[in-house]
Amino acid sequence: MQLIPCPWCGPREEAEFHYGGQAHVAYPEDPAALSDEDWAKFVFFRANPSGPYAERWSHSAGCRRWFNAVRDTRTHDLLAIYRLDEPRPVTS
Amino acid sequence: MTDLPEHPDFLWDNPEPKKAYDVVVVGGGGHGLATAYYLAKVFGITDVAVLEKGWLAGGNMARNTTIIRSNYLWDESSGIYEHSLKLWEGLEEDLGYPILFSQRGVLNLAHTLQDVRDSVRRVEANKLNGIDAEWVDAAGVKEICPIVNTSPDVRYPVLGATYQPRAGIAKHDYVAWGFARAAHELGVDLIQNCEVTGISTRDGRVTGVETSRGRIAAGKVGLCAAGHTSVLARLVGLDLPLNSHPLQALVSELLEPVHPTVVMSNAVHVYVSQAHKGELVMGAGIDSYNGYGQRGSFHIIEEQMAAALELFPVFARAHLLRTWAGIVDVSPDASPIIGLTPVENLFLNCGWGTGGFKATPGVGDVFAATIARGKPHEYAEPFTLDRFTTGALVDEHGAAAVAH
Ligand SMILES: Cc1cc2nc3c(=O)[nH]c(=O)nc-3n(C[C@H](O)[C@H](O)[C@H](O)COP(=O)(O)OP(=O)(O)OC[C@H]3O[C@@H](n4cnc5c(N)ncnc54)[C@H](O)[C@@H]3O)c2cc1C
Ligand SMILES: [Zn+2]
Repeated sequence: MQLIPCPWCGPREEAEFHYGGQAHVAYPEDPAALSDEDWAKFVFFRANPSGPYAERWSHSAGCRRWFNAVRDTRTHDLLAIYRLDEPRPVTS
Repeated sequence: MTDLPEHPDFLWDNPEPKKAYDVVVVGGGGHGLATAYYLAKVFGITDVAVLEKGWLAGGNMARNTTIIRSNYLWDESSGIYEHSLKLWEGLEEDLGYPILFSQRGVLNLAHTLQDVRDSVRRVEANKLNGIDAEWVDAAGVKEICPIVNTSPDVRYPVLGATYQPRAGIAKHDYVAWGFARAAHELGVDLIQNCEVTGISTRDGRVTGVETSRGRIAAGKVGLCAAGHTSVLARLVGLDLPLNSHPLQALVSELLEPVHPTVVMSNAVHVYVSQAHKGELVMGAGIDSYNGYGQRGSFHIIEEQMAAALELFPVFARAHLLRTWAGIVDVSPDASPIIGLTPVENLFLNCGWGTGGFKATPGVGDVFAATIARGKPHEYAEPFTLDRFTTGALVDEHGAAAVAH
C-alpha cells in the first residue's frame, strides 16, 4: 500500500486519504460573464496528464485536513506535498 | 484436453507501415480492430492501418472481465449497447472464428430498498426499449445462481436482482484475434510496436500522424486509444472531459463449474463470472486517483474480496492466482464520447470507462460509419463532445451507478 506523507501527521497509508482531483481549479471570478463553453471547461474539463499532476488530497481518516500534492501519474511517485495556500512547487 | 483453438500467431501479417492511408485508426484494442473491420466490410474502405504502440489487443482488451449486457437505463445507451449485443449474437458466424460468446445471463443485485426501486425502474425502461429484462426476488436469485448467499443476516442482504438472460461473457482474446484476422483478410494493415507521437494538421484539417516508425499521412484519423485518449488529443491542443484511472481485475485458480451466470453488485462492488476454463473472474471499482501505471491499490482488492466472500461463501478456500490493472477513461456522465472533433477528419471514440468491452462490435460499426460518412451514426449522435457544453448529458452514472 502506498504511503502518503500528510503535511501534519507524516506518512500514513493511502486508505486513510480521500482523493480530491485536480488542484488549483479556481472558481470563476465573474460567474455571470461566463459563456456556456467556459462553464463546461470549469465544471467538466480537468487536466489528465500522463506525468506530474497537481492534485488535492484530504487526510480524511486522520487530521481531516486538505493539502496538495504533485504526483507522477505513471509511477504514483509523490514529487511534492504542499499546503493549499502555497503555489505549485517546481518538481523537475 | 480442451476445445480451445490453437495459438493463432498466424492470423495476420506484420507489414511495414506504408507512407499513406485513407484512414489511420490509432489503437489496436477491440475498438480499433472492430472499427477497421467494419470500415472495410461495410464501407469498402480497405486502405486502412491500425497503429498499436504495444502488441495487438494488449491494453484493456486483454484485461477486462468480459461482461456483455445491454440493460442500461437511458434510451441513448440502450440504443448503442443493444445494437452491440445484437451484433455479438451473430459475431462468431460473421468473423468465422470462435469467440466463446456465452449468453449465460447477468444478475445485477439490489441490496437496499432504493436499489430495488431503481432496479425495477430500469427493468421497465429496458422492456420499453425491447430489451430482455426481469426483476427477480432473492429466491429467484438463488434459483439462477445457487451459490449466492441470500441470507438476510448479512450487512448488505440480497433483496433481489435485475436479470438479463441474453447478457453474458466472451473470450476477449479470441474476439480481438477474430476481428484482426477478418480485417487483415480484407486488406487492413495491422501495425504493432508503432506509437503515435504527433498528429499533423493543415488549415484545421488532419493530414497524418507522427509515429515511432516515421510519419504516416492519412485522409482521416480515428482515435481508439481508450485510457490514453487525453494524451493523444493534447497533441492537437484538444482538451477532453476525461480522467484516466487504474481499474483492476483478478482471477482464481481453476475450479469445477460452480458459477452458472454473471453476478454484479454495484453496492458492495464486486463482479463475478466463471471463465470457460474455470477461473473465477472478478472485477471491482476504479482507483480514486488518476493514473497511467497499469497498477492499482491493494486496498481495492481487499474490499473486493471481502464483498465476494460475503456474497459467495464457497469462495473462501479459493486461491487468488493473478491480479492486474488496465487504464480506463471516465467521463463526467459515465457515457462514451463518439464523433467529430473541432479538427476536420479527426474522429473520437473514448470515454467508455469501465464498460466498453461489451460495445466492441457495436462501436466498431457505429464509429466506422461515423468516419466513413464524416457525420455521426444515429446511435452515436447523443454521444458528442459538445453535450458537456449543451448540458444534454447521458447520465448513466446517476441512473444506474454503472460499472462494466
Ligand atoms: C479490469 C478491467 C475490467 C473491465 N471489465 C469490463 C467488462 O466486464 N465489460 C465491459 O464491457 N468492459 C470492461 N472493461 C472496459 C473495457 O476493457 C474498455 O472499455 C475497452 O476495452 C476499451 O476499448 P479498447 O478495447 O479499444 O481499448 P484497449 O484495448 O485499451 O485499446 C486501446 C489501445 O490503444 C493503444 N494506444 C494507446 N496510446 C497509443 C498511441 N499513442 N499510439 C498507438 N497506440 C496507442 C493501447 O496500447 C491499447 O492497445 C474493463 C476494463 C478493465 C481495465
Ligand atoms: Zn493528517
